[in-house]
Amino acid sequence: MRLPVGIRAQVYGWLLLLPALVLLVTFTHYPTVTTLYHSLMSTPKGARPAVWVGADNYHAMAADPVFWQSLRNSAFYALGTIPISIALALLMAVLVNGKLPGRGFVRLAYFTPTILPMIAVANIWLFFYTPGYGLLDQVLGVFGIGSHNWLGSRASALPCLMAVAVWKDAGFFMIFYLAALQGIAPALGEAAAIEGAGRWYVFRRVTFPLLMPTTLFVLVNAIISSFRLVDHIVVMTRGGPDNTSSLLLYYIYDVGFKFWDTSYAAALTMVLLAILATAAIVQFAFLERRIHYQ
Amino acid sequence: MRRVAGVMLAVMIAGWAGAASAQTTEISFYYPVAVGGPVTKIIDGLTADFEKENPGIKVKPIYAGTYQESIVKALTAVKSGEPPQTSVLLSTDMFTLIDEDAILPWDDLIKTPDDRAWLKSCFPAFMLNSQTGGKTWGIPFQRSTIVLYWNKDAFKDAGLDPERPPANWTEMVDVGKKLTRRDASGNVTQWGIQVPSSGFPYWLFQGFTTQNDVLLMNEAGTQTYYDKPAVVEALQYWVDLSQKHKVMPAGIIEWGTTPKDFFEKKTAMMWTTTGNLTNVRTNAKFPFGVAMLPANKRRGSPTGGGNFYLFKKSTPAQQAAVLKFVKWITSPRRAAEWGIDTGYVAVRPEAWDTPEMKKYVAGFPFAAVARDQLQYAVAELSTHENQRVTKALNDGLQAALTGAKTPAQAMKDAQAEADRILRSSRR
Amino acid sequence: MRGEHHMGGPEMAPQTPQRSARPGTPVTLLDPPALSASRETRDAPRLRDSFTDSDRRGRLSFGWALETAAAWLLGGLWILPLAYAFWTAFHPREYSTRFAPTAPLTLQNFVSAWDAAPFARYFLNSFLLVTITLAAQLVLCTLAAYAFARFSFRGRDVVFVLVLMQLMVMPDVLIVENYRTMSRLGILDTVVAIGLPYMASAFGIFLLRQTFKTVPRELDEAARVEGAGFLTMLWKLYVPLAKPVYVAYALVSVSYHWNNFLWPLIVTNSVGSRPVTVGLQVFSSGDQGVDWSIITAATLLTSGPLLVAFLLFQRQFVQSFMRAGIR
Repeated sequence: MRLPVGIRAQVYGWLLLLPALVLLVTFTHYPTVTTLYHSLMSTPKGARPAVWVGADNYHAMAADPVFWQSLRNSAFYALGTIPISIALALLMAVLVNGKLPGRGFVRLAYFTPTILPMIAVANIWLFFYTPGYGLLDQVLGVFGIGSHNWLGSRASALPCLMAVAVWKDAGFFMIFYLAALQGIAPALGEAAAIEGAGRWYVFRRVTFPLLMPTTLFVLVNAIISSFRLVDHIVVMTRGGPDNTSSLLLYYIYDVGFKFWDTSYAAALTMVLLAILATAAIVQFAFLERRIHYQ
Repeated sequence: MRRVAGVMLAVMIAGWAGAASAQTTEISFYYPVAVGGPVTKIIDGLTADFEKENPGIKVKPIYAGTYQESIVKALTAVKSGEPPQTSVLLSTDMFTLIDEDAILPWDDLIKTPDDRAWLKSCFPAFMLNSQTGGKTWGIPFQRSTIVLYWNKDAFKDAGLDPERPPANWTEMVDVGKKLTRRDASGNVTQWGIQVPSSGFPYWLFQGFTTQNDVLLMNEAGTQTYYDKPAVVEALQYWVDLSQKHKVMPAGIIEWGTTPKDFFEKKTAMMWTTTGNLTNVRTNAKFPFGVAMLPANKRRGSPTGGGNFYLFKKSTPAQQAAVLKFVKWITSPRRAAEWGIDTGYVAVRPEAWDTPEMKKYVAGFPFAAVARDQLQYAVAELSTHENQRVTKALNDGLQAALTGAKTPAQAMKDAQAEADRILRSSRR
Repeated sequence: MRGEHHMGGPEMAPQTPQRSARPGTPVTLLDPPALSASRETRDAPRLRDSFTDSDRRGRLSFGWALETAAAWLLGGLWILPLAYAFWTAFHPREYSTRFAPTAPLTLQNFVSAWDAAPFARYFLNSFLLVTITLAAQLVLCTLAAYAFARFSFRGRDVVFVLVLMQLMVMPDVLIVENYRTMSRLGILDTVVAIGLPYMASAFGIFLLRQTFKTVPRELDEAARVEGAGFLTMLWKLYVPLAKPVYVAYALVSVSYHWNNFLWPLIVTNSVGSRPVTVGLQVFSSGDQGVDWSIITAATLLTSGPLLVAFLLFQRQFVQSFMRAGIR
């Protein structure tokens, strides 16, 4: 006896989905909910169990200068790294899409940072930034510029970390642009060229709009990565000097796994989740429409 | 017939196993070292020797990585109900471990006069961080202090006596000025001194505060004194090294690259741990010296490093075995062996009287500098809510060193933050 | 359902033209949809003729030289850290920060690094991690994507939105709660615990769903008429057609999990489970300061497998991204 097709589709559909769904719920949706719950509890300690504290953790957060500093840093970091890495990715893609001597090598060079572990390259960048004999200072020294304490100054620590992030991400995003560029019929550019358009003009009016879906995709990835990746901070500055290079996720790690204040860490995580959710909503509701239905 | 034989064999095996487990006590201990390094081999050797001498006891060392990771692992194990029997963890973790209800004081195990004598036999400086509320919670083992390393060639080049390191704060500035070299365009090519300030600046800062004869916290670990005038003064001196006297690089100085800066002659003097002795000996391509930190009102340095802790939830047999093991490994002969092999400070005066140690010190006198400094040493900063209270100070120090706040303001803010944290933890 | 087509994820190639040909496209001089859809040059709207021919040729060659220089300069900058790693790893310690062309070569740093930490075990852990994770991802994502692409069941759209949530709320930001879960499951400090939160990957589900949707219905129906079951069709029809997507996804997944650090750092405590990244950090964060010679050697060791694989399969790597139509 066979079930009617409609019911079978229901059953099979859910069965196929089930394994993924169980894991997804366990490690994404359930923890999101428990984060909220734990952020309203106190941290258990020794013999003292967790108790309901309401908004205490949030009040503490509002009064915590390190939280605000980390939040500001995260915003600055995102606003700095995202546009730069996307612009560079696009530039790289355009450069290696055309005829270029040694194109294979250049592509390789752009892409290698992606496959190197951040934790490893951070140690190398640590050398680049070392005052005095670090590579950056050695190079600047040739031009008679004195040494600078790159990671040890308030103003330059975060930008230095951002440079590492841009270096790491741009090549990865380039791949997507490259794939997209190769999908655009070359006839387009030729056509425009025959019509006498400058390359920049063609790029701006033809290529770039066609790349919009790619840009959107890359943008989402860039946003995620700017809030997700803090490995280099662990190696290079540990959030210093005086929290000027602490990002939100790094602070969560500090609070959760060094201070063992899991409830406060949960409250901080809620802020991060709220930011990511806002980014998602803005992107879905606003950008999508602008690009496709304007 | 074969079945009967099989059963008999099984019974016999079970009997042996039972007998064996009745005799053997197994203890595990977490050890804070990255696995595979030379130290693991030393520990493996020591435990093997101990097991040979004490056939009833099996010791299982578990190499847990850095101190930070070891405490995480230990606390996780406590929460999951299967803690190790003992563990070497930072001396500053004492209050955290007490607050988490994870450890027992050693006093509970001490029965005989011999035990009591042993408990009192370490350098007193190391015990400062191991006792609170009249009980001893930690047995010093892998301990260090801060010392000054100087480049003798650089001293010679600057017209200074290469055998005479600065003995006090004024001399350190004066010597630093002579050692700081600038090129034609005014860029510094060699600094006088580097005192690292990344990661855990509070530890190095304790050098300055101790020399200025002031303590940063009370013994109960419930109160800090970050904003005392003498503390601010100590910070002012540290800040002045770069901002006023220009003998130290401005901004935050990375702990990890400081030894390299010293090898590269980017700095003529540095403050760092005694644990770097072997590293410097291997990598410095010039004659160097090791000295006690300079004095101001007095000499001084904090101690650092790890203690043995006794974990709850062990059987009495295991606790007795732990005591036996820890007593054994801190005995004069073993402590001396340990100090010679690793460069850490042997924790008991008797260890320095052993023939092996005397021979070692005769050949390498710098090894004794740390020991001699111990009489001036104080406890490393440690309170309840240790990580946070320490971070409050670290942030304040970095704010002052990077010029964002005056020393007075930075310490006032740090103290306010520490008060806030400790008040809520006392609640 | 709006989220269905444009959740910001990658778009499949065939959809691009149709999608952009929607009414109400912005007013621009050039109408991109017309161009891309027709590929007929004649359809291109008139462009301002601002340069004479010779003018343009001159500009082009100068521009070309400029571009080449820029491309190479950027390439040099981007490869610099790796180049430094090679220099330092293969030279004695004295030369780790000095670049003298006469410096002697050595392999000693590799020997020291290898001896200083149980890298063999770390490699094994990392290998197990990426293999287990990828295998689970491929299976779980394929099944789920198939359900989303070809089955209509109650609540599908809602569930799909729930799945896409993970694109933003990645396991990387839920470290505190996921640590709690692992502790409760009693699997802290295991390789499985590192991979588990990533196994049901929204990115993978989305990617495969988009691909499966492009499989023509006719093929699907023809197979059904021949009596093929759902799973047979998945295996015989859908999976083979999505091969480039699988390759691209696998490459992203492997490099992601090989390089992942923060979460493994948190859940692992011992040599038996640490992946290379965490092993490397434990090894380089000593009390005694940074030793770049050994660290760079260790870096090359840890990233070696991926680097070699990438060098060998560079073309396929880039190609599979392109063929997968991830854009």
